[in-house]
Amino acid sequence: MSENTNILVVGIGGQGVMTATEILAEAAIAMGHDAKKTEVAGMAQRGGVVSSHLRFGQRVLSPQITPGTADVLLGFESAEAMRWQHMLRPGGITLMNTARLVPPVVELGLFDYPDDPLGEIRKSGNKVVAFDATSIAQQLGDIRLGNTVMLGAIADHLPFPAETLLDCVLKRFQRKGEKLVELNRQAFAAGRAAVGTAEAVAA
Amino acid sequence: MAAVMPAPAASRLLLSGNEAVARAVWEAGVKVAAAYPGTPSTEMLEVISTYPDLYAEWSVNEKVSLEVAIGAAYAGSRSFCCMKHVGMNVASDALMTLTLTGVIGGLVIAIADDVGLSSSQNEQDSRYWGRFAHLPVFEPADSQEAHAMTLQAYELSEQFQVPVILRMTTRINHVKSLVTTGERVAHAGAGFKKEPGRFVMVPGNACKRIPLMFKRDGELRALAETSPLNFIEHGSDRRVGFIASGPAYMHVKESFPNAPVLKLGFSCPVPFEKCRELAALVDQVVVVEEVEPLIVTELKAQGLKVLGKEILPLQGELSPNVLKPAIARLLGEPLPAPQAVVPLQVFPRPPTMCVACPHLGVYYTLSQVRNLNISGDIGCYTLGAGHPWNALDTCVSMGASMGVALGMDKGRGEADKDKRVVAVIGDSTFLHMGMQGLLDMVYNKGNVTVLLLDNRAVGMTGGQDNPGNGRDIHGDEAPRVDFAKLVSALGVKEERIHKVNPYELPVLFKTIREEVKVPEVSVIITDQPCVLIKDYHKLKPFEVIDDRCTGCGNCIDVGCPAIHVTRRGKEVKASGKEVDLAFVRIESSVCTGCGLCVQPCAPKAIVHYAPVSPIKLVSKGCGA
Repeated sequence: MSENTNILVVGIGGQGVMTATEILAEAAIAMGHDAKKTEVAGMAQRGGVVSSHLRFGQRVLSPQITPGTADVLLGFESAEAMRWQHMLRPGGITLMNTARLVPPVVELGLFDYPDDPLGEIRKSGNKVVAFDATSIAQQLGDIRLGNTVMLGAIADHLPFPAETLLDCVLKRFQRKGEKLVELNRQAFAAGRAAVGTAEAVAA
Repeated sequence: MAAVMPAPAASRLLLSGNEAVARAVWEAGVKVAAAYPGTPSTEMLEVISTYPDLYAEWSVNEKVSLEVAIGAAYAGSRSFCCMKHVGMNVASDALMTLTLTGVIGGLVIAIADDVGLSSSQNEQDSRYWGRFAHLPVFEPADSQEAHAMTLQAYELSEQFQVPVILRMTTRINHVKSLVTTGERVAHAGAGFKKEPGRFVMVPGNACKRIPLMFKRDGELRALAETSPLNFIEHGSDRRVGFIASGPAYMHVKESFPNAPVLKLGFSCPVPFEKCRELAALVDQVVVVEEVEPLIVTELKAQGLKVLGKEILPLQGELSPNVLKPAIARLLGEPLPAPQAVVPLQVFPRPPTMCVACPHLGVYYTLSQVRNLNISGDIGCYTLGAGHPWNALDTCVSMGASMGVALGMDKGRGEADKDKRVVAVIGDSTFLHMGMQGLLDMVYNKGNVTVLLLDNRAVGMTGGQDNPGNGRDIHGDEAPRVDFAKLVSALGVKEERIHKVNPYELPVLFKTIREEVKVPEVSVIITDQPCVLIKDYHKLKPFEVIDDRCTGCGNCIDVGCPAIHVTRRGKEVKASGKEVDLAFVRIESSVCTGCGLCVQPCAPKAIVHYAPVSPIKLVSKGCGA
C-alpha cells in the first residue's frame, strides 16, 4: 500500500542499526501512525549484515518492505548502502555514512571491497547524500554517537517534524544524565547539518 | 536482571511478538515458565523473567523445560514453555505423552519457526506437531494477535484440559508492532489431584486415554468452525479467494486488498466447513501458508479444489513480491514490472566471531594441526567452519558432535585411517545434549579428542546464563558445574582431562597434538569467558609497529575482526617462489588486548598501544 512510508536502515551488527530504527518507530507512533519494524540480522552475532525495516502509516500490514518501494535508505556503512540499493523506489533517497568497515573475508583477500561505493550508487541513477558520520561522532568525543548522527541525517526526510524524532532520541538518554543528552543533541544537529551541506554541494 | 514495574493496563506499546507473548503470559496469571534459549524464541523467557510474581528458569534443554511446565500444569497452575523449532524435536518425547494426560492448569507451548533460516541448521514446520500430537495450534499474524491469542490459548487449554501450541515464525517473534496491554489476572491453582489412571502413562492406562484424545479432536474441530479466530473477509474481486494463516495473512492483505480471505488463527484442527464457505464465494482458492503444504493437503483430502504449493514456494518466507507474481501467473495476467534497480554486487559479509573471542585461539590452533576430522556442534563456535579457519567438518544438531565423532571414529574407512577425530562442543551445548554422547563415547571405547569450549554462556543467542556459569535467569548466584569433575564422573580418565587457557596458543597446540595421538577419549576444556558477558575484562589494547611488520599475514589467520590490511605486496623467496604479503594495523579502539595475534607474530611487530592523541581526554565522561 503506497500510503505507507517505508524506511530501510542498513549496516553491520553492533552499529546500532536496530536501536536507530526503533527510535524512528517511536517517533512515528508519537505522531499517531501505526508502525511495524522488523529486521534480518546476521545471525545473533556481530559483524554480519543487518537490515532493519520500518513501515508506518494509517495501517501497516506486511512488516517487510518490498524491493523497489523504500522511500529512504539510511546506510550506516558504505558497502552496505550499496548492497541495498535495489530496495529503493524510483526517486527514493540514500543517506549514507561514508565510513568503510572491512570484514575479515576481505582482509583475507577472498573478496574485494568496492573501490567507490558512492560512485556505484550514483551510477545506478539513485539520489544519494553522503557524509562521514563516524568522523563527526569521533569529533564529538565518542564513536557511539554515530547512531544519533545518522538519525539527525534522516530527520528532514520524514513526513513529520525533525523535533519529534529528536525528542525520542533524547528521551532515551534522559536517565543517563544531562551531559549525555546534550552530546546527543549536538550529534543530532551535526547529522542534520551534514546532510544539509552535502545536499547543497550536490545541487 | 532486576524485575521492572510492568507497564500499566491499556498502554499502547511497540512490542515484538516475543515481548507481546511474554506480557500476555504475565497477564494470564502464569506461575511457571521455562525454556532453553534459541533464536528466534529467546526473548520470550528473557522478558518473562523480568516480570514479578512468577517463576522463570533457563532449563538445560527443551525437553526439561517442557517437563517443568507439565509438572506445574499438573499441579493446577498455569504454565508456559517456549522453544525454537528444532527444540521441539528434543521436547517431543514428553509432548507425545502429555497429549494423553492433558493438563489441569493451562499450558501454552510457543514454538518459534525460523522461516527463512536466519540462524538455524534446518527449516521445519512446527504445525506438524499439532497434527502429530493431536493438539490445537494457534497462529498469530502480528504482536497484537500474539498477545490476544496467548490469553485465548490459556482459556482453551483449561476448557479442554489440553496443551495449546502457539506457532510463531521469525516475522512474528522479531517484528515490533503496536500492542494494547491488559491487566494481570491472578490465577489460583487447583492443586494436584491424584489420578493415576490419567497421570501414570503405563500401557494399560495410556490405551484408555487414546480414544479420549480422538474425541477431543472432534470437539476441537467443531470449535474451530465457530471460533472468532477463524473469519472470512469478503472482497469485491472474486476471481481468487485466499486461505491464509500466520504472517502469510498480512502479505495476502497487502497484495490483494480486494480479495476474499479466510484467516485461520485457530488453524489446527482445520475448520473444513469454513473453508468450504470461502470456496463457494470465489472462482479459485489459494492456500497461503509458510512452510509446508499442511492445510492445503488436508483440504484436498476433503475433496476441495484448492491450490497451494503448486504456485507458491516450499521454502523460505512469503512476501508480497512472492505472492503477486504467482497470482498474476495463475490468472494469466502480465507479470508485475521487474524491479527498477538490479542489485549491485557486493562481497558477502558473513557473521564473524567477536574481537578477542576465546574461540579464535582454538580454531586458529585446530587449523594448524594436520590430519584432523573435526565434528562440530551448535553455537558461536560453529563459525569455526568459516574463514580463515575452515576447522569444522560437520554440524548436525545440538550435542550431536559427540555421537557423530564416535561414529566417524568407528566407521572410518581406509582413506581416513591416519586421521584423528576431534569433537568440538560448547559448555551449554554439552549440558543440553552432549553429556550422554560423551558417556557413550567413553563406554564404547572411542578414540576421540573432545574440545569442551567453556565460555560460561549460551553465546550465540546473546550470552544467557546456564549451569556452567553459576548464575540463574535473574543473574543471581547459582550452583556452578565443575566440568572437569563432570567429565571425570562420565568415565574420562583423570590424566586425559586438561584445562587450558585458550589464549595461550603454544600450550593449546601442544595439548591438542599430544592428546590426538592417545587412542582413547580425551577432554580438553578451555576456560575463558565470552567477551560479551560481564565476566570478561578488557586488557590494554595492541597496535602494529609499521616498520617491523613483514606482511607475513600470520596474525590475519587468527581471524580477529580488529586486524585490518593496510597494503598488500609480493615477495620472491630465495627458492624463487612468490608469496603474497599483507601488512596490517590493529583497530586499537576495539582491541581488548587478548594477545592472540601477538603470539604468531615472528617479527614482534605487535606491541601495547600507546595513545598519543588527545582523543582520550575529549571522550572523558561520555558513556553513551
